[in-house]
Amino acid sequence: MLIFHAPYSQEAAYQQQSPEEMQVEIQKWNHWIGGIAAQGKMVGTEALLPFGKIMRKSGQVVTDGPYTEGKEIVGGYTVVTAASVDEAVELAKGCPIFDSEGSLEVRPIVNFG
Amino acid sequence: MSASSGSNQLVDHLFRHEAGRMASVLTCMLGFDRLELAEDVVHDTMVQALQSWPFQGIPDNPRAWLYRVAKNKALDVVRRENRLRQISSDADYLHQQDVNDAMAQPLFFDEDITDSQLRMLFAICHPAIALESQMAMCLKILGGLSVREIAGAFLTNEETVTKRLYRAKEKIRQEGIRLEVPAGAHLPGRLAAVLKSIYLLFNEGYNSLHPDTLIRRDLCEEATRLALLLAQTPRTQVPAVDALLALMCFQAARFDARIDEDGAIVLLADQDRRRWNPDLIRKGQHYLNGSAEGNALSEYHLEAGIAMLHCVAPTYAATEWPTVLHYYDLLLARKPSPVVALHRAVALAEVEGPVSAIRAVSGLRGLDTNHYYYAILGDLYERNNQPDLARQHYRQALHLTPSTPEKKLLARKLTQL
Repeated sequence: MLIFHAPYSQEAAYQQQSPEEMQVEIQKWNHWIGGIAAQGKMVGTEALLPFGKIMRKSGQVVTDGPYTEGKEIVGGYTVVTAASVDEAVELAKGCPIFDSEGSLEVRPIVNFG
Repeated sequence: MSASSGSNQLVDHLFRHEAGRMASVLTCMLGFDRLELAEDVVHDTMVQALQSWPFQGIPDNPRAWLYRVAKNKALDVVRRENRLRQISSDADYLHQQDVNDAMAQPLFFDEDITDSQLRMLFAICHPAIALESQMAMCLKILGGLSVREIAGAFLTNEETVTKRLYRAKEKIRQEGIRLEVPAGAHLPGRLAAVLKSIYLLFNEGYNSLHPDTLIRRDLCEEATRLALLLAQTPRTQVPAVDALLALMCFQAARFDARIDEDGAIVLLADQDRRRWNPDLIRKGQHYLNGSAEGNALSEYHLEAGIAMLHCVAPTYAATEWPTVLHYYDLLLARKPSPVVALHRAVALAEVEGPVSAIRAVSGLRGLDTNHYYYAILGDLYERNNQPDLARQHYRQALHLTPSTPEKKLLARKLTQL
């Protein structure tokens, strides 16, 4: 699983782009994800909105989460099939998140099969 | 997972163009006083696309997706307001019902989209609004450019652009400017104002001293798109519109050849004419033919005529200079301005020689801070074998121009003297 991290400020700036810049951004991501899909290695992918709730203490405490200025948030994830973490790292290298201040986390999913 | 297809590429500038169209359509539906709301809805729609398309893939019909989402967002706003109004006043509710009916129509038809943009164009280019604000509004509302992009295009800062936009919106409110294409006797005058704004927008892109060619092209492209809107609508398709379009095609045809690989200016005489765009020249001729209907002769006709003569000339020397001069004479009679007179002198020099041209230019007033004035005079003196005077004027031009490519050109001329 490839998990996309970005500072909150980055996420906010992302949404303040001009229509032209947004289109360029979409093209970049589509190109990268399309490339993984073309190799037949795409399993699934979702984007996450930059807000939500964090629940603690058996659900007794519900907060708006760490989604504040300065904090890092998870912007989305992509699940790919790869023989190894190294191969997944290779697939992740062209990810547009590196064009900004974001980072990417590669985690193997436990295979119960 | 629809992201599987690597071929789903978006059309160039789709977002920018659709942002402009959607803002017009939504404003026509919601009312002119809700322009900002319409802009917000458009922005939210784009953000939603930005959040979902990279992961879910680009929809089969991206344009329809954008319009559907924008319309739903606008409907949500209207419904929410209706619920509030219903409680406060029945009369208001009835008024809102009209908006609701308009929103309930099937998705936008192309005709409505064109019509909305035209209405917006006429409202924005109202003579009560300052020209610089008109141009900023055209780019923001109709062109879908951001404040930052507009500031970049006009070599100014975002604050100035924001002020211009604010003033325009205030004027619209104060003057009660209506979102409509004027009819009957009001149309010609208002259309002239619209054409002037489009003409200036194009010139800003074409003659701009901006180092970034791409931004300048965007301005020219947007101006051309707006003129096309007028040309494709029977009500507004008058000869002057075709003439303006012809002018823009001829000028745009030479765009590539005007700047060399190092970003330096290439003068008309030195341009590689094979790099001129033959398609655009043909289009220009098409519109110029179209503009010949009726008896109306506008300054756009004359400027397009001059541009056409340059475009069809095989070489600089073989240009039909006497005809160019004749057109400049007619233009000067219609639009007496020292700048027109200055350019006329260039043609005069080709027909009668530099001495006549120097005499004509020397009598001009009001060009003391115009660097073209000194550059042209310098050139004329150079051709008249007066290197000292040429040098003096080139230096003055060099001192006055803010443009790096022009500075380079003038410096080169000085060393070659």
